Amino acid sequence: MGDAIHLQINGREISVPAGTVVAAAIALAGEDRFRRSVMNQPRGPLCGMGVCMECRVTISGRAHCRSCQILCEPGMDVRTDE
Amino acid sequence: MCAPMSERSIETDIAIVGAGPAGIAAACAAAESGKRVLVVDDTPWLGGQIWRGEQRHPTSPEASQWLQRFRDSGAELLDSTSVIALPALGTLLAERLSRESISIQYQRLILATGARELFLPFPGWTLPGVMGVGGLQALAKNGWPVEGRRVVIAGSGPLLLAVADGLRRKGAEIVTVAEQAPLGQVLGFATSLVRYPSKLWQGMQIRSRLLDVPYQLGTWPMKAEATGKELLVTLTDGRDRWTEPCDYLACGFGLVPNIELPLAAGCELTSGGFLAVDSYQQSSIPGIYCAGEPVGIGGVDCALIEGQIAGHSAAGALEQASKLMDRRDRWHLFRLALAKGFALRDELRSLASSDTLICRCEDVPVGRVGEFDGWREAKLHTRCGMGACQGRICGSAAKVLFGWGMQSVRPPILPAKVQSLLSTT
Repeated sequence: MGDAIHLQINGREISVPAGTVVAAAIALAGEDRFRRSVMNQPRGPLCGMGVCMECRVTISGRAHCRSCQILCEPGMDVRTDE
Repeated sequence: MCAPMSERSIETDIAIVGAGPAGIAAACAAAESGKRVLVVDDTPWLGGQIWRGEQRHPTSPEASQWLQRFRDSGAELLDSTSVIALPALGTLLAERLSRESISIQYQRLILATGARELFLPFPGWTLPGVMGVGGLQALAKNGWPVEGRRVVIAGSGPLLLAVADGLRRKGAEIVTVAEQAPLGQVLGFATSLVRYPSKLWQGMQIRSRLLDVPYQLGTWPMKAEATGKELLVTLTDGRDRWTEPCDYLACGFGLVPNIELPLAAGCELTSGGFLAVDSYQQSSIPGIYCAGEPVGIGGVDCALIEGQIAGHSAAGALEQASKLMDRRDRWHLFRLALAKGFALRDELRSLASSDTLICRCEDVPVGRVGEFDGWREAKLHTRCGMGACQGRICGSAAKVLFGWGMQSVRPPILPAKVQSLLSTT
């Protein structure tokens, strides 16, 4: 695909079509733990609409980004399960 | 000492919050009459949640028409921008994804903030892979992998079948669709659709494509368990219980209005918990209008008409607004049919055990919250509702479980950087 975007998920390079949100790229990379709760439970996206905050990840050093509402951009460095 | 000012200031005649159908329709109506219109939305796209993905992969001719009309209208879109406070009448404070803070000065404000799904706690609802019905649909529109995945869809509302259809087109295997409402209720709703031929036709088309998928009425989820990479979902019809293995459980119990911003503006609510508006869609605060799901869960057609009425009214074109009122009132009957057809059964209030979490941000169990008499007390003592989602998920659940209402909203409406908030002082 001509408009593939390359980004890193937990240090691993992945290529996704343009229009993919970061949450989807994380799922495509095979990760299902997006963040840890205050009691250390694994969590993943719930609402998919930017409301529940369960899909928060670190994107290029910026913590607490709602991965369901952010489109993938070339060179993003995404960290989950933090 | 002066507090830092916001980094940018924009002036407009009409500010609209929300770029879904209601916001788009309002923007078109107002901008076409020559007003300067600025639409602010959280997401990076035009269309809100229901028309998410329609720009890139159009599926609905109606959506394409409205998106084009918006582009031709002269209205401006400020995307990836969250409104975080309303420091004074006439001013909105917003923060962009880039962390730039923006102050927006407006003459009239239209709130078209949409709705979110209602999630009710049951054992296992916090597991990764248990998602909203609209939630999974929204993510699948932006690349979330569903092809070849087994999905159990559960909860309530017409969205269940629409999402089953949408996910299957993307290659998902729909294990079952479990609707909590009993047959009689759903038949009553289906009968009311006779008055809305477009909806009836849409419903029949969806149903005909799903004839080989079970649509289990009077059936609801009891728990979800994780075994390796698989989920085991236990369903019940009140007599029997059985287990379905799957990759995703998509579960949502209908929609609740996003009223945080209107509440923060000081707009009054109806006894039913929606925004109170007059026939011109004006709220209790003159100059602030509201359209779409925050004034009642009525779906996209209702939102489009209310949006246009709000847009015309805010632009001062009251006659044009009046012309649409009959059509809107007809959709309000649909709204009633929807509420009645998918009213929630009592059993859903006791799915959670006392150690099931209700607040997913602060990990507070249902049992702890149930010790208190009201939302405020529960918040103060347990930190329930005080995490990142600011009670949007657990507050809505607590309202159903315990009958508690949300009493007030304080800024910031969404988590924001301190620098942005300093501009409000």
